[in-house]
Amino acid sequence: MEVEVVSVRLPVEASHILMFARAIGDPNPIYYDAPYAATSEVGSIIAPPTFTAAAAHFDPDHAMRPKIGEPWLGSGRSPTGRVDRPQRGEGGTGLHAEQHYEYHRPLRPGDVLTERKREGRTWGSEGRRAGKLAFHELISDFYSQDGELVLVARAVVVRTERPVTQD
Amino acid sequence: MPLRLADLLVGASRSAVIVDDLTRTQIVQYAGASGDYNPLHSDEIFATQVAGYPTIFAHGMLTMGMAGHMLTDYVGAGRLITFGGRFKAQVWPGDRLTATATVQELVVDEQVVSLAVVVHNQDVREVFAGYATARVDP
Repeated sequence: MEVEVVSVRLPVEASHILMFARAIGDPNPIYYDAPYAATSEVGSIIAPPTFTAAAAHFDPDHAMRPKIGEPWLGSGRSPTGRVDRPQRGEGGTGLHAEQHYEYHRPLRPGDVLTERKREGRTWGSEGRRAGKLAFHELISDFYSQDGELVLVARAVVVRTERPVTQD
Repeated sequence: MPLRLADLLVGASRSAVIVDDLTRTQIVQYAGASGDYNPLHSDEIFATQVAGYPTIFAHGMLTMGMAGHMLTDYVGAGRLITFGGRFKAQVWPGDRLTATATVQELVVDEQVVSLAVVVHNQDVREVFAGYATARVDP
């Protein structure tokens, strides 16, 4: 059963596209040079293909962003700020296993998208290195300010029993 | 320049080094741009002492984003229809990654090219394997 879990508003801004493109090492002027972009086929600055990953900034409940006034998972005075965290060797981790995108039109500065996130399938398996694996799908439909479906993102996340490293 | 169907052959491929020596700073830069501050990707003490990894490692989405750079250089900005794949192994600081797109199919009527997309590290180990489709000119 697919249940809508959360709705997130994602404003697409030129400076954010610039920073995202720098972070992925892509110097294409389509991501920052408005006069150049105006002469291109798409006619304006657009966002890189994986830009909606940055919707994490706008998700009020995103678990992997420090929240003001709350203990944080990462290190400070101690290796983790969370007392409920299992210690070394005892627990596995949630890892991003797959990501899939369908593009209906490019995203442009000025777009204000609404991401509707819903749970997809869940399944389990036994991994050679990581022990029991629990998979789940998270599907995000991104709608424009005009209510048009512009992008669909589907993530598969796996929770492992033990930490995983290559070989 | 967008691709032209007439110039494409099944089996043709394009490769690019998408990062030569991945730095911890670039991983931090991606954390800031994407909003994914999972300490596994930036906090050496957490990654080693709490989570049990040898060091921090890159977001899968950084690898996919860098692969997207190769793809949009190849097919043209705004031309992708789909892009997806699996994260097959972790990417570590110091890694050199090469992304390759190989033409799988040409859908002449719809002017669409279907590509296999893989990213290898310096040990020729696949770290990402997937696909993309894109609109091409006649």
